[in-house]
Amino acid sequence: MAFLEINDVHKIYGQTVVVDTFNLQVEQGEFVSFLGPSGCGKTTTLRMVAGFIMPTAGSIVINAVDVTRMPPNRRNVGMVFQSYALFPNMTVAANVGFGLKVAGQPVRAIKQRVAEMLEIIHMTEYANRYPYQLSGGQQQRVALARALAIQPQVLLLDEPLSALDAKIRIALRQEIRTIQRQLNITTIYVTHDQEEALSLSDRIVVMNQGRIEQIGTPFAIYNRPRTRFVASFVGTLNVLTAEVVDAATGRIMIDGQEIRVNRLPTGQPDLSLAIALRPEVISLNDVYGQTANHLQGTVEDVTFLGPVVRICVRFDQHTIHLDSFNTPQLVPPRSGDSVTVSFPPEACLVLSDTPDVEV
Amino acid sequence: MRPINFWSWLWITIGAIYFFVPLFATLLFSLQAKRDELGFTAYVNALSSPAFFNSFLFSFWTAATTITISALLILPTAYWVQLQLPRLRPVIDFITLLPFVVPAVVLVFGLIRTYNRTSLTDSRQGLYVLLVGSYVMLSIPYMYRAIDTGLRAIDVRALTEAAQSLGAGWFTIMTRVIFPNVYIALLSGAFITFAIVMGEFTIAFLLAQPAFGPYINLLSSSKVYEPSALAIISFGLTWASIGVVQWISHSFSDQSQMTGPR
Repeated sequence: MAFLEINDVHKIYGQTVVVDTFNLQVEQGEFVSFLGPSGCGKTTTLRMVAGFIMPTAGSIVINAVDVTRMPPNRRNVGMVFQSYALFPNMTVAANVGFGLKVAGQPVRAIKQRVAEMLEIIHMTEYANRYPYQLSGGQQQRVALARALAIQPQVLLLDEPLSALDAKIRIALRQEIRTIQRQLNITTIYVTHDQEEALSLSDRIVVMNQGRIEQIGTPFAIYNRPRTRFVASFVGTLNVLTAEVVDAATGRIMIDGQEIRVNRLPTGQPDLSLAIALRPEVISLNDVYGQTANHLQGTVEDVTFLGPVVRICVRFDQHTIHLDSFNTPQLVPPRSGDSVTVSFPPEACLVLSDTPDVEV
Repeated sequence: MRPINFWSWLWITIGAIYFFVPLFATLLFSLQAKRDELGFTAYVNALSSPAFFNSFLFSFWTAATTITISALLILPTAYWVQLQLPRLRPVIDFITLLPFVVPAVVLVFGLIRTYNRTSLTDSRQGLYVLLVGSYVMLSIPYMYRAIDTGLRAIDVRALTEAAQSLGAGWFTIMTRVIFPNVYIALLSGAFITFAIVMGEFTIAFLLAQPAFGPYINLLSSSKVYEPSALAIISFGLTWASIGVVQWISHSFSDQSQMTGPR
């Protein structure tokens, strides 16, 4: 039995299904991210785990205890909010010690635990400051320490970095991951930022319109997306419509040019399907050799992005973007140049429209 | 530097004259108890009367009781509306405005008719309960609006949920999280209520209560200068209350600043 189990959870408001048949098992110490666009049901699911929203159906089990109907203050679940939600009338130390005080712990134990937590977040010297005297990043670190001080069974983070600027966000996300590993605490992290989810998580749950599209490791989610939605939401993607020439040998046709893919779905009734290609796997130079796929087209646009140069190539109907590293050897093509792009057959992702959950 | 706007200053001056001239006249009149001499005789006479202190203390304690009951009633209500029943806000807003449109005399006769021949109208204590109840109703617009403004200045939902996730129950949330963050707003409502109760005449008079308002009125029928002196004292108390609210708001405004993303 997993440490945290979310079994067949639904949430329906009136006629609107906000969360539909959500199933997830999280092991102790695991870091799982819920990733998806706004309104996909990720925060609702998190809030059901926290106890702020009651599921319409299904159950939530933490450490073998069914907490579905348990009020939030008895679940021992720590929560970090997007808005930090620090108590403005309390100092940093009082904020961090609030949960311990509520639990009736002795003053000495509270002081010791607060000192430990402030040390972990490197804010010992800020103990007597009020929240309004801290920056956004510092406030969120205090919120994290406050949630962790009560030694919760599960730590829930609801888009904790989305209000911070890019530099602090990156630094704090590393800090969150380090602390999570250090304390080995089971964590659920809600975000719409794919980079955050990919860099932090042991596993990612990609959600769309209340349903799970795919569950997998960051590597699997990025490299082996199961649906068109996952492929398009995680990373940049070129989606091309292809016609099947021979399903058995993986031969397909794009804009009149034949290429091969490694695997086509068996029993595919349609003669057309969607193929996805990441910009970074497409090369202007023939680095993949004769066995690779080749497509001829015309350069439509060249965009300099600093470390990479993004080149837009048009075929007959389709346009693709490819990224080339900005190395000293790179000679960027010019608009209107005829070019041949290449990519290996295994880089072609055959997309489906239906969610397919891989646990 | 912006040029001085002549018309703005003209209207401000006219408004100030309209406001301060009667006040100054009352003050001047209250200082003329002795012929051809300005002095505080009327004030000394008014303040040395035992009836003054009795009525003042009566109104003071009534105001304190009103504020306590009003706060206990309105703070949880406003909190719950904000947290759980935001759709009810227009209804609550309408209800809280009723004391503005129902005249005090209608209110008190309504109460007397409704509670006639009950223990509330046939005893001194009962009438006092009616008096406090009426004052609580009068205070609702001021207390509710002040508290509601205070609650809107903080993220009630996030603070409540944060406290809940840390193990706090409703009582702890109210006393340790919500109340400390709205008490300045509550104080401003409380001081306005205090000023209203201290000067209120109609309800106290019709319920035959020995309050400060009826005392001033009674004095004006038998004395000449003392009622003016008491009017100035009453006015001073009101302004002192507002001054205290301003001072407290200013002194603690830093601590109650909204935190969060910025």
